[in-house]
Amino acid sequence: MPVVQVEGVHKRFGAVEVLKGIDLAVEGGEVVAIIGRSGSGKSTLLRCINGLEQIQSGRIEVSGHSIDPSGRGLRELRKDVGIVFQSYNLFPHLRVGENIMLAPRIVLGVSKSEARSRAEETLAEVGLAERFDAWPDNLSGGQQQRVAIARSLAMRPKVMLFDEVTSALDPELTGEVLATMERLARHGMTMLLVTHEMGFARRVATTTVFMHQGKVWEMGPSERIFGAPETPELRQFLGGGLK
Amino acid sequence: MIRQFTQSEFLFILASARWTLLLTLMSMLLGGLLGFLVALARTSRLAPLRTLAAGWIGVIQGVPVLMLLFLSYYGLALAGFDLPPLIAATVSMALYASGFLGEIWRGSIQAVPWQQWEASSALAFSRPQQYRYVILPQAVRIAIPPTVGFLVQLVKNTSIVSIIGVVELARAGNLVNNATFQPFKVFGTVAAIYFVICWPISLLARRLEGRLHARRAG
Ligand SMILES: Nc1ncnc2c1ncn2[C@@H]1O[C@H](COP(=O)(O)OP(=O)(O)OP(=O)(O)O)[C@@H](O)[C@H]1O
Ligand SMILES: [Mg+2]
Repeated sequence: MPVVQVEGVHKRFGAVEVLKGIDLAVEGGEVVAIIGRSGSGKSTLLRCINGLEQIQSGRIEVSGHSIDPSGRGLRELRKDVGIVFQSYNLFPHLRVGENIMLAPRIVLGVSKSEARSRAEETLAEVGLAERFDAWPDNLSGGQQQRVAIARSLAMRPKVMLFDEVTSALDPELTGEVLATMERLARHGMTMLLVTHEMGFARRVATTTVFMHQGKVWEMGPSERIFGAPETPELRQFLGGGLK
Repeated sequence: MIRQFTQSEFLFILASARWTLLLTLMSMLLGGLLGFLVALARTSRLAPLRTLAAGWIGVIQGVPVLMLLFLSYYGLALAGFDLPPLIAATVSMALYASGFLGEIWRGSIQAVPWQQWEASSALAFSRPQQYRYVILPQAVRIAIPPTVGFLVQLVKNTSIVSIIGVVELARAGNLVNNATFQPFKVFGTVAAIYFVICWPISLLARRLEGRLHARRAG
């Protein structure tokens, strides 16, 4: 059974329909990249998957928890879905370690020592083991973003969503965050990521989804999507993106 | 018979400052409690609560404290509640404080970036957990300077309750001046006592603010 299953999802903002019937399934261990023009609904889709946006119709299921338009069962679902945004949104009043320990402590109710070991473990995973006691403000953007990833990982999610997590970063900092994500993928994390880094998508993602005008326009193995795009829209998008 | 402004007059004025302090303390505590609820209601997800809190703030801020005072003293007396002046004074000052603190704290809560709500929602925090662990700790920092500013105003504004006969600092000065006709000495003394109360509060605020900053930069 897929970890993430999206069926016939429609999402409107007022009168504007942003998602026009999305179907998508992500299997365990799969890395799915979502590409597409600005405004095609990529962020909205990710936000619907962990219930930050309510859907008007359709169904979303993540590892057995489902969200329907009523929005019930959201918190249970969110425990299994990590999401990282373009802006890192660390809690500025807490040190790095405390940022990571907070949600496992109060949401999952794990013991303090367990939360601490999770924080140490995930910080090591993102290559920041020695910054446990640092204040977020004193870290570079790339480091803050890696802490945000660690903070999500400490919840032991079944799937991680990434929404253009490197878009606010300088090129050299982008590299360290992408390397972190690549390592996560190698370790078997199920991932769904919106990205403008086409090289990264092609290399790391097993499947790539091209969204266009609120629909899944084309989808397939990344090699095929990038190597032999079928629709003129995707061809144009890739041509424009690569020039 | 004109009395002199002697040590005993001075001590009388000084002693009356306890009522000023008590009144400030009580109205800050009660008003703060109510004001906190008003701020929470004002930022609630339930529209009727928001409207109610907005109405409360609007009314309290739109009415002179003097009217609150008269309403709680004479109004409640007419309604059959014969409140001692000090109680009526506390009630009216607390209501006054609740309106202003509610508004100050609403602003502080809303000054926390919305991404902090989003990040904590995404981590499956419940709404109370978001307030307790993420939003309020950040709002408190933002709230400290305006809250202390209001506290200083509150100390000075308690002088208004002298109108219903509470002998606090200002009223005591008035009484002594009527007996001695030495307004410069008397009101100079009263002013100095107000200053001695308010100055350390402002200092403390600056210290607190500095500390919170230092902790973040640490
Ligand atoms: N909260 C909102 N209210 C109204 N409209 C919104 C809202 N969020 C997104 N939209 C609209 O929905 C459409 C899709 O937005 P979305 O952010 O999902 O696009 P995107 O594919 O992520 O684009 P980008 O590459 O620029 O991030 C856009 O037209 C946007 O203006
Ligand atoms: Mg987007």
